[in-house]
Amino acid sequence: MNIYLTVVLAPLVAALLAGLFGKIIGRAGAHTVAIAGVALAFALSVYTLIQQLAGAAVFNETVYTWMVLDGLTMEVGFLVDRLTALMMVVVTFVSLMVHIYTIGYMCDDPGYQRFFSYISLFTFAMLMLVMANNFMQLFFGWEAVGVVSYLLIGFWYNKPTAIFANMKAFLVNRVGDFGFILGIAAVLYFTGSLDYATVFLQGEKMAGQTMELFPGQVWSAVTVACILLFVGAMGKSAQMPLHVWLPDSMEGPTPISALIHAATMVTAGVFMVARMSPLFEYSDTALSFILVVGGTTALFTGILGVIQTDIKRVVAYSTLSQLGYMMVGCGASAYAAGIFHLMTHACFKALLFLAAGSAIIAMHHDQDMRNMGGLKKYLPITYWTCLCGSLALIAFPGTSGFFSKDALIEAVHAAEIAGSSYAYWCVLISVFVTALYTFRMVFMVYHGRERMDEKTRSHLRESPWVITLPLILLAIPSLFLGWVAFDPLLLDNYFGSAIFVLPQHDVLAGFAAEYTGPVQFLIHGLQSPPAWLAVAGVATAWFIVLGRPDLAKAAAEQWPRFYAFLMNKYGFDDFNQKFFAAGSRGLGQFLWKYGDMMIIDDGLVNGSARAVSGLSARLRRMQSGYLYHYVFVMVIGMTALVGWLYWGFD
Amino acid sequence: MITLSHYLTLSAVLFSISIVGIFINRKNMILLLMCIELMLLAVNFNFIAFSRYLDDTAGQVFVFFILTVAAAETAIGLAILVVLFRTRHSISVSKMSSMKG
Repeated sequence: MNIYLTVVLAPLVAALLAGLFGKIIGRAGAHTVAIAGVALAFALSVYTLIQQLAGAAVFNETVYTWMVLDGLTMEVGFLVDRLTALMMVVVTFVSLMVHIYTIGYMCDDPGYQRFFSYISLFTFAMLMLVMANNFMQLFFGWEAVGVVSYLLIGFWYNKPTAIFANMKAFLVNRVGDFGFILGIAAVLYFTGSLDYATVFLQGEKMAGQTMELFPGQVWSAVTVACILLFVGAMGKSAQMPLHVWLPDSMEGPTPISALIHAATMVTAGVFMVARMSPLFEYSDTALSFILVVGGTTALFTGILGVIQTDIKRVVAYSTLSQLGYMMVGCGASAYAAGIFHLMTHACFKALLFLAAGSAIIAMHHDQDMRNMGGLKKYLPITYWTCLCGSLALIAFPGTSGFFSKDALIEAVHAAEIAGSSYAYWCVLISVFVTALYTFRMVFMVYHGRERMDEKTRSHLRESPWVITLPLILLAIPSLFLGWVAFDPLLLDNYFGSAIFVLPQHDVLAGFAAEYTGPVQFLIHGLQSPPAWLAVAGVATAWFIVLGRPDLAKAAAEQWPRFYAFLMNKYGFDDFNQKFFAAGSRGLGQFLWKYGDMMIIDDGLVNGSARAVSGLSARLRRMQSGYLYHYVFVMVIGMTALVGWLYWGFD
Repeated sequence: MITLSHYLTLSAVLFSISIVGIFINRKNMILLLMCIELMLLAVNFNFIAFSRYLDDTAGQVFVFFILTVAAAETAIGLAILVVLFRTRHSISVSKMSSMKG
């Protein structure tokens, strides 16, 4: 119990110290406390994982009861099982690497202490999210990471594009969170509890209950709840069509892109689906929905990565695509494969972002790949680590990405649920696309002609050790994590009771029978299409970037409308801008003009004043000042009074 | 035979005449005072009629009081009228609208 509290509170204390006393403790003090806090959390997370591997019991206890409302208890509590322990290690490891990297990346920034405060706060929020044992705390963590993400995208708050991007991220996430909170409400309505353990026991019972969303349409309760929860995951994990915020979030500093928008926060949705597996398993409709959304995201956002020229945006689109993969894995009930891919992706994608950041520093904060080229000579460590990350990303046989992605594709192939064949083709084609955009980036940045100007070229040099050390430390798991994790995660049922899969959905069951270990899986992988698609993608990238550089331009001129369509990102942004943004502005204008100005201001406030003054203007005319008028009224009054006395009492 | 109702009718007629006099008179404030006087007389007429009818002299005593008070009142009214005429050079009712709000 104390260990888990320390894991969560150490980053929080560090965040408060760095944030509130940043001026007193100074820059060195701020990064020392932040790194110490996260390092402590990381060490204890590793300890927790080792304990779990040694067979420690699942920890599920309430720390603090916040309130009890009519039988509904809202608590803060921890559920630490093998899934949680794994996520804790991933989160704290990437966070620690990013903390160290930040010392180098942000060294010239005036907001140094603020930045450390935010990322420590993020680590706290993310740990609260993954360690929650109830929906209330999950939602707290969910929103808290959203807030920190908002703060960090807009970290350079003088930049108008950054402010636009963080507002966009916040608003799009609001759409998702609305679904999420409705999902939680549905769970509460049907099970009467927010506690995971209680709710998960009732998954089957919920599958039997129905509700009428629209008159005449009966839905299974578990389907409604799961799809609503998944809408939340679509916002946080940037699935189509709520993916629009993630590419724009690249306006934030690069360490943030690595930590929040690649490795941890955006995978919260995947984690959530895996955590809720006892509910999702009972709804084939929800799983099919996840498959279709995930597959679409995996393929179509990957294609957009091919035409981007901003180095960070390429990696961002790749993140979107990989998130689609993880979701497809969850949709195919291969939660273990999804989490496996989450884990390897956290390492290699954080690595790619940090390597991109290293190149960006060398280029004096120029992110345009068209100005780069030939950086291999100047940034050897960055190049080799980036190559490791890229190979892992394209699932090159033997790297960690290969094991997780190939296992995931195999699992989707084996799935029989509706939508799985569509998702399979999406993820399969996406392997080629992934290799294409990844190596297009590698070739454009590190190989070929040096396109930067003379002044930048003379300043090119390798980044300091605080930047290269995290790169190397992340490159190691990017290459080798698959060998270590393949056996326990996919063959030996590492997750145990943490993830629940119905027997008829269990696509990973065949794995244990078919493969004995990573070597055999590697040999099988070499004979299956994904590996060759990846190689083909690399070859195509080489041909386009280095072999025939004129070809891409010619293609863009050959099909200008298609090119414009891709450049507009399928028009999602325009549609949102024109329909939702302009629509809500129009609605606001309408309500302002007619609701506020006309009805409230003009009608209720000024109207009542006008009515009073109008009435009194008429009444004033009776005050003529002529005596005989008054007498006349008096006589009429008296007559009426006498008449009333005389006849009124009958 | 002259009955009580004849007296009461006469008194009501006198009262009505005086009210109408107040209403329709736009020129002369003295007429206003006269109308008020007539109104009082009409009321006095009622008193006397009932005094006779009920055989009670208290009513006639009241009439004396009212006549006295009315005389005093008229004297004051005429005095105010004189002052008014001196300041405004007119006693026309239609010009007296300073009570207007």
